[in-house]
Amino acid sequence: MSNINLSVKIGKLELKNPVLLASGTVGYGNEISQFTDLSKIGGIVTKSISLMPRKGNPPQRVVETTGGMLNAIGLANVGVEDFINNKIPFLKEIDSTVICNIAASSIEEYVECIRLLEDQEIIKAYEINVSCPNVKEGGIEFGHNLSALGSITNKVRSVTQKTVIIKLSPNVSRISDFAKVAKEEGADAVSAINTLVGTAFDIWTRKPKIKNITGGLSGPAIKPVALAKVLEISRNVNIPIIGIGGIMTWQDAIEFIIAGATAIEIGTVNFINPSAGTQIIQGISDYCTKQSISNINEVTASYQL
Amino acid sequence: MLIENAKVVSLKKITGKIFLIKVLSPQIASLAKPGQFCNIKVTDNLLPLLRRPFSICNINGDSVSFLFDTHGEGTKLLAGKKKGDALDILGPLGNGFNYESDFDLAVIVAGGMGSAPFPFLIDALKKRRKNIICIIGGRNEKDIITYGMKNIFLSTDDGSNGYNGNVIQLAAKLKDKFVGKKVQFFGCGPNAMLKALKEFCAVNNFNCQVSTESAMACGFGICQGCPIPAVEEDKYFLVCKDGPVFNSRDIIL
Repeated sequence: MSNINLSVKIGKLELKNPVLLASGTVGYGNEISQFTDLSKIGGIVTKSISLMPRKGNPPQRVVETTGGMLNAIGLANVGVEDFINNKIPFLKEIDSTVICNIAASSIEEYVECIRLLEDQEIIKAYEINVSCPNVKEGGIEFGHNLSALGSITNKVRSVTQKTVIIKLSPNVSRISDFAKVAKEEGADAVSAINTLVGTAFDIWTRKPKIKNITGGLSGPAIKPVALAKVLEISRNVNIPIIGIGGIMTWQDAIEFIIAGATAIEIGTVNFINPSAGTQIIQGISDYCTKQSISNINEVTASYQL
Repeated sequence: MLIENAKVVSLKKITGKIFLIKVLSPQIASLAKPGQFCNIKVTDNLLPLLRRPFSICNINGDSVSFLFDTHGEGTKLLAGKKKGDALDILGPLGNGFNYESDFDLAVIVAGGMGSAPFPFLIDALKKRRKNIICIIGGRNEKDIITYGMKNIFLSTDDGSNGYNGNVIQLAAKLKDKFVGKKVQFFGCGPNAMLKALKEFCAVNNFNCQVSTESAMACGFGICQGCPIPAVEEDKYFLVCKDGPVFNSRDIIL
């Protein structure tokens, strides 16, 4: 592993390897640290933080579907103040790179969250959630509107020098248009994809299986869609991409990197195998050895179409 | 909590579609407390994708046993396991029952599969020389699970075995046995039963702990998929991490 360079750079953000734990699948790090050495992971992306605490959606919030799961958590989180006071101390203890995911229902709220978090040196980058499918206000509505996404990116960029990553919705006709606007307004990178809107019914009661009616589909079922979106961005926009969507194994991770991703995030797999992150890093390293690759960046967008 | 690669020791049918699986899982066996659960991966592939949560039924030395009902794909696969098969188990999870408090009589109320966590609790109560009454019910005779229970009173909705009615009606009939004693109720079963038990205990001023269940993905607090409304305004608990056992006064059922 020692002679292979797995480090990647996204804006000012330097990662020791390209494997990140996705927002909403690692909480604020403390639970998953019992299974995996977070200092070995490229970085962790926190559960979305909003200005005020959010209670989240009523049950039932999750249901398994074929090869995936639907969730409608509703951005349940402790709010920015409690995050700073009670969650950041743990994040400081572990030697991991922290990316703070932010959700908001107005442009001003995104800006205010960043203003409050900006002094926290542990936070190396922000991932801006404009694509949560499970809240009525904000979230996905911003992610489906080119001018709203542009305004948010622009305002966020103007209040921080830290790396800004815009997390894109796949529920649009051309995701690369959104990546292009994000780049033009100053984002350092995009992460793609957030979950796909889906639903499931109980045929006996004829009611949706989750209370919110629709939820976000994640897991291996969405991997081909996510890969196609990453490839579309890679072929049309010159911006670093963090690939997300159904990555379960190192082979999946390599596929995303080939399709254009500089780094990847793993999500649903953390629920099933909370030590998947370190296993995927080892697999990527072994792949590089077998392929006589000395630097993982050589693999990014190395597709042979 | 940890992930252990357990080995199936035995699988036996208890009644109808109800099975008991016993696995060799020394680390989890050494850590587990009554009322906790494990999240089990029933295959080593992606179908089904998620783990399945099961109450720990009992611990015997290095072995952990789980009672389950074959109602879906995951549990059907579990029922097909053979001695020596590997099983990937994450646990022990959740808080478990509090059975160290000051009481003389434990009244266990179980509906259907709700019997699952009680054999382990009963063993712990016996060691502490507590008196135990078990009130066990189901829709019909086939739903009744008495495995590992003690001093049993039965009820069925259709009257096919024991008292003709539900467990709460039976508890009301048995009330003379509880009055004047320091009583602790422990309940597990369908939500409607737990709700009725909560009301019964509130009216009669009995302490009551209920073991709840919920759909969940991870089982240890990161997916936030298993909320249960708290009595405290505008708040949810997580069944996996704050529960699955709650004081019935603290939650809205």
